[in-house]
Amino acid sequence: MQKTIFTAGALILAANAAFADATNITWWHGMGGRNEEVINEVAQKFNAAQAACMITPVSKGTYEEALAAGIAAFRSGEQPNILQVFDAGAATIINAPGATIAAEDLLTQAGHSFDREAFIPGVRHFFADASGKFIGMPFNSSAPIMYINTEAFEKAGVQPPKTWEEFEAAAPKLKEAGYIPMTASQLTWQFTENFFSRNNIQFASNANGYDGFEGTTLNVTDPNLLMMFQKLKDWSDAGLYAYYGAGWADNQKPFEEGKVAMWIGSSGSFGGLAKTAVMPFSADFLPYWGSIEGAGTSSFIGGAALFAMSGKPEAENKCSADFFSFLTTTEVQKFYHEATGYVAITTAAYEAAKADGWYDKNPVAEVGIQQLQLPAGEWSKGYRLGFYPQIRSIMEREYNRIFAGETTVEDAFKAIEAEGNELLVRFAKTSG
Amino acid sequence: MTEIPHPPARPWRAWLRGVTAAEPAKRVQFDAPLLPWLFLLPQLAVVAVFFYWPSVQAVTSSFYLEDPFGFGATFVGMENYTDALGNAQYRSIAGFTVVFTALVTAFSLGLGLLLAVKADAVIRGNAAYKTLLIAVYAIAPPVAGLIGMMFFDQHIGPFVTLAGWFGWDMKVGLNYTDTAFAMILVSVWKQVPYNFIFFLSGLQAVPVSVREAAVIDCRNGWRRFRTVTLPLLAPTAFFLLIINITYALFDTFGIIDVMVKDKPANNPMTLVYKVYLDGFRGNDVGGSSAQSVILMIVVFALTIAQFRFLERRIHYS
Repeated sequence: MQKTIFTAGALILAANAAFADATNITWWHGMGGRNEEVINEVAQKFNAAQAACMITPVSKGTYEEALAAGIAAFRSGEQPNILQVFDAGAATIINAPGATIAAEDLLTQAGHSFDREAFIPGVRHFFADASGKFIGMPFNSSAPIMYINTEAFEKAGVQPPKTWEEFEAAAPKLKEAGYIPMTASQLTWQFTENFFSRNNIQFASNANGYDGFEGTTLNVTDPNLLMMFQKLKDWSDAGLYAYYGAGWADNQKPFEEGKVAMWIGSSGSFGGLAKTAVMPFSADFLPYWGSIEGAGTSSFIGGAALFAMSGKPEAENKCSADFFSFLTTTEVQKFYHEATGYVAITTAAYEAAKADGWYDKNPVAEVGIQQLQLPAGEWSKGYRLGFYPQIRSIMEREYNRIFAGETTVEDAFKAIEAEGNELLVRFAKTSG
Repeated sequence: MTEIPHPPARPWRAWLRGVTAAEPAKRVQFDAPLLPWLFLLPQLAVVAVFFYWPSVQAVTSSFYLEDPFGFGATFVGMENYTDALGNAQYRSIAGFTVVFTALVTAFSLGLGLLLAVKADAVIRGNAAYKTLLIAVYAIAPPVAGLIGMMFFDQHIGPFVTLAGWFGWDMKVGLNYTDTAFAMILVSVWKQVPYNFIFFLSGLQAVPVSVREAAVIDCRNGWRRFRTVTLPLLAPTAFFLLIINITYALFDTFGIIDVMVKDKPANNPMTLVYKVYLDGFRGNDVGGSSAQSVILMIVVFALTIAQFRFLERRIHYS
């Protein structure tokens, strides 16, 4: 026993000695399960690849908890070097310029080259400022896509839909074949934020909020959006669409069990689904409305980006820059993409995975990237809205009420617009 | 060693209890005036660091609109309060909190008392009954929430199947009333054992002679319980009432968090959960602080009211 302790102690001392010269940096993130394991593997690869820096990833729970922990730590001067921030929190952190060092500046100051064009188009804007400068480094990026229960479509004798018009025509046959034609997991992301990008409609004033917070208002009473939700409600009443509440898993589970013909989920769901689904499945783009002019544009990324926090010594910032640079190498991107199902963020990594035959084996893994590479419309780059996590909560509340029959589609969106705009006014004051 | 005298006079307590008559002065126990403070210091330090300091912070930041990272704060006066109180959703959450607290307190006290009375009457195998009833208390609130969630799962929940037999299409997570029902049921289930333990020990403290005398005086069991046992249980019941209200207001957080699964949507929630949502998920420090100050005032008022109007009806033996 004593010997074991002694050996362990000696090992720790040796390890410390080996890394004594290395600059330590920390990375807080909000991933769990398999995704957390992959993050640890990425960190190990970085530590093994060079000797100057040593990165330690720390899971802070969920996305929301990671952001809250990062903010609290910043306020007490204990911030990590790198913080992962999710899509809805983008405005919060980008609006606080003193809290972060723009990823582009960090890299160029450390002597790395940086080329925006190397990134696939869909990921270039969401975590960048209005001029297109990368503030956050896109890390785990996903797109809302449609998963298809191939058996269901064969049995019903119909083709998976490209547009919602095609879905409307096919849905009754899927129902006759004994399936729930559709479920969807996060209406705020899939049928609201990405509805605007996929159908190329303005989401909020001030260029979706990118041009400033002052006077930004939501455009959620857009007739096309109201039409989409009226259709969803009608489909739900007719048994063509089933809504199981705002929880992600509640809506995914019946698809995994083979009861549902198509499910709108995330491209990042691929890895998990491959393990849990009881039937063969494929995937395709998130449908759009053929009747809306100019629709069919690309969606924007969901997921999260890495932000370099300010207030750290120069040597540590250099290490953060080295790590960001390491992350975007083709080899690491390809590894991360294949291990998690999140999309490859650089064109080179995408080409490498393609050349490797990864998509021949896993065609579903390519759908998200392809959707992000569709021609971009004026409004497909995303949004920059303050207090957005709370605005999402208001949407979730009203969507539940729509499907519970407690409110009409029009009243629901009027409420979202009114309460959402109040929050935007409050946010403009905090940044003023 | 000298005989330990009664506690020193506490005029505030007398006021709280509605007693105005001055109590006679008590003997001072410490020779050095600073000594008691020295003994009190650790406790006072803990209270100051973990209660007063955060409270002062909350009150201060409730008057500001602040960017989450703390770069700038704008003084907005009472705006955070008027925003919160003027918000229809906030008022409906407040309404739910009142109903939720009343129901959870009433049912967990009622069931705890009923079970304690019944268990007290059992002679054979009472240890087994008691252990089974108390065991639930060892379950942490989030775990209780998880177990509850499994029972009420839309796809596989046995309780949902059971409700289906009676024609109740339960949709926890989607239907407001169904979720409220599930939330209350799990919260009560979690709290009953606690009440059970206290009521049971309270019952066992009732002297056998009193019980026997009561049996001779009155043959009606219910009346005996109402007129003899219950008044003797009153101090326990009063203590439990305060504990249960606090539980329903604050400690049910873990259960609610697990049951709404991070997506509150239109599901019922309590005011404490709203404070968390706005502060930690929405990063609205000012708004969230204002809400917690409102909550603090409510709890303070409630506690005073309880001591002033309820405790004076209770006689400690």
